[in-house]
Amino acid sequence: MFKIVEKRKLAENIFEMKIAAERVARAALPGQFVIVRANEGGERIPLTIADYDVEQGTVTIVTQTIGHSTKKICALEVGDSLADFAGPLGRPSEFVHMPLEELKNRKYLFVAGGVGTAPVYPQVKWLHEHGVTADVIIGAKTKGMLIYIDEMSKVGNVHIATDDGSEGYHGMVTGLIKELVEGEGRKYDECVCIGPMIMMKFVCLTTKAWDLQTTVSLNALMVDGTGMCGACRVSVGGKTLFTCVDGPEFDGHKVDFDEAIRRQGMYKNQEREASDKHEHKCNCYGK
Amino acid sequence: MANKIPRVAVREQDPKVRATNFEEVCYGYNAEEAALEATRCLNCKNPRCVAACPVNINIPTFIHHITEGDLRAAADTIHADSSLPSICGRVCPQESQCEGSCVLGIKGEAVAIGKLERYVGDWALEHSAEVESVAIEPNGKRVAVVGSGPAGLACASDLAKLGYKVDVFEALHRLGGVLSYGIPEFRLPKDRVVAREINEVKKLGVKFETDVIVGRTMTIDSLLDKEGYDAVFVGSGAGLPRFMGIEGENLNGVLSANEFLTRVNLMGAWDPEHNDTPVYVGKKVVVVGGGNVAMDAVRTAKRLGAEAVIVYRRGEAELPARKEEVHHAKEEGIEFRMLTNPTSILGTEDGWVKGINCVEMELGEPDASGRRSPQEKAGSDFVIDCDVVIMALGTSPNPLIASTTSGLNINRRGCIEADEVGTTSRPGVFAGGDAVTGAATVILAMGAGRKAAKAIDEYCKSK
Repeated sequence: MFKIVEKRKLAENIFEMKIAAERVARAALPGQFVIVRANEGGERIPLTIADYDVEQGTVTIVTQTIGHSTKKICALEVGDSLADFAGPLGRPSEFVHMPLEELKNRKYLFVAGGVGTAPVYPQVKWLHEHGVTADVIIGAKTKGMLIYIDEMSKVGNVHIATDDGSEGYHGMVTGLIKELVEGEGRKYDECVCIGPMIMMKFVCLTTKAWDLQTTVSLNALMVDGTGMCGACRVSVGGKTLFTCVDGPEFDGHKVDFDEAIRRQGMYKNQEREASDKHEHKCNCYGK
Repeated sequence: MANKIPRVAVREQDPKVRATNFEEVCYGYNAEEAALEATRCLNCKNPRCVAACPVNINIPTFIHHITEGDLRAAADTIHADSSLPSICGRVCPQESQCEGSCVLGIKGEAVAIGKLERYVGDWALEHSAEVESVAIEPNGKRVAVVGSGPAGLACASDLAKLGYKVDVFEALHRLGGVLSYGIPEFRLPKDRVVAREINEVKKLGVKFETDVIVGRTMTIDSLLDKEGYDAVFVGSGAGLPRFMGIEGENLNGVLSANEFLTRVNLMGAWDPEHNDTPVYVGKKVVVVGGGNVAMDAVRTAKRLGAEAVIVYRRGEAELPARKEEVHHAKEEGIEFRMLTNPTSILGTEDGWVKGINCVEMELGEPDASGRRSPQEKAGSDFVIDCDVVIMALGTSPNPLIASTTSGLNINRRGCIEADEVGTTSRPGVFAGGDAVTGAATVILAMGAGRKAAKAIDEYCKSK
């Protein structure tokens, strides 16, 4: 069992939790994820690591209530425990293995969308700690859905985009990327984009025009997360790879996003049924 | 003469009924049946069954104890060589091991050694509380075991009996490895058999920790160098599924047998009242492959309400699955399409499986494996309509451990290189089971775990 030691609400339906998981905290690196199971009988849900603290022995996760299982996780409070918290899984971001001399001269543009802002944070933080300050675009539908602005501002140069213009740039993140690159003439060696599949697809189409190397972190469906099931298969440059062990980060210009989006919907009907069934049950017990 | 009695038939659930539930297929012997079957054993002077058993259980002796009604002695006899009789009695390929070499089998039917082993194993689990635990003298040494499948369990229990402090690290949330995630409930009950047999290993003082992925959460290097273990046994199995590499394999509705069985067994998708993980079978499922895993997958699909078909590129005689599994599958109404090989998977416009393109095969000359190699019949293409395709083509070891352990050699198939007692290229690291051999059987893995335990003991004593 893994105890929840802190919890806060970041935005509507988005919660941050600090979990006591000493072994995971000691081994975690930017770019990796964990598999979480809320309770006995619960699903194994992959969640990206938002932060880790070796001294405290804690790992931070950020969860958005999308389906039945994420709702279950978010319903837990400080003092409650998650049944399982396994990781860190996947390969760390490539830059953690880069020689520092080479890394220092690299210019990074991070593009974070919605709850995808959380896994961007440890990457930007790690780079900052190693002498590299990156530009970070944080995008959301509206001001109230922006997360990690304060944290990110301490470790990177934050630019904000909202679809409705309630904060920062008015429009999609792709528009703001163009403004930075074409409008302001900023030069980057690499773009790292984490967010909804559809956003990553369009960011890749945008950066492709300038041949700007773009890394994406895929949130494919998974069961075990250790290479056993193959549910997370993704086509990268015509080759089938497993997101859990070969990723989760891939060269975004080579990812077949249309297939990846379609595969994400594999259990949508069952998910909906399960969610409806649960809602119905809850209502029966009445308020 | 005793051997004139015909082999005592074992009671099984009615095929029509069991094809709709997940209860165990085989009920096993009751006391009378077991006692009667036990009298069939000739107690050969040179028992070939013992030599044919991968862990050399003293078979005539335990059977003799059954005839005397001394089940405690029968259980002790088996436990001297195997810690998992209830499991092995259910899943061992007896027809090619102990029973396959039984003298009675030459002219008639072999003694039902597997069913008798199961009977004794289950009796021992029922009566385990009566056994006083033997005090084990700790020897002060610590061994880490990677994986709680059959190899790891066997190795851990032998080492614990020798006085080692053993910690077993399991990547998943439940113990048992393939016994939990792979083999279905209807063949191997999880709570009644697997969990209880593992509990017996716990009673020896072995500590288990779940959710630890060795190679990620910790490395073997850190276990030896930082955490101070005297040796490590790697029994991490062969969990990486193979695919065919044909067109349409990434359509929605194509999955590995590993994924399908993990959803149903480990995650409990067969029981949606108590478990959240979904599984999808549609109306018709095609399972590609002919091994035990293919049989498990196809029979599981049937139980979930789908029409279920096996597609296999060789003939029925070449099916690698246990005969009993094939027989059970047929009884349950599984369709077998032999000498048939998929060439591509067909999808709907929105990317879901709608059928599988196949070609008929014929058998040619024997290949390297001694089996006649299948060749395509030209112009014999045809389509089987279906909603789900499950690939049961075998598995290879997960590269995670090999890639994160310094000085550990692997072979070209991705298996860890180890000698017959499990010694690897890295001093202090031993390995056995599917991680070394590639996908094989529970009993071979158990045997490898036991041999490695002995080798680890010698290694630690000589250090």
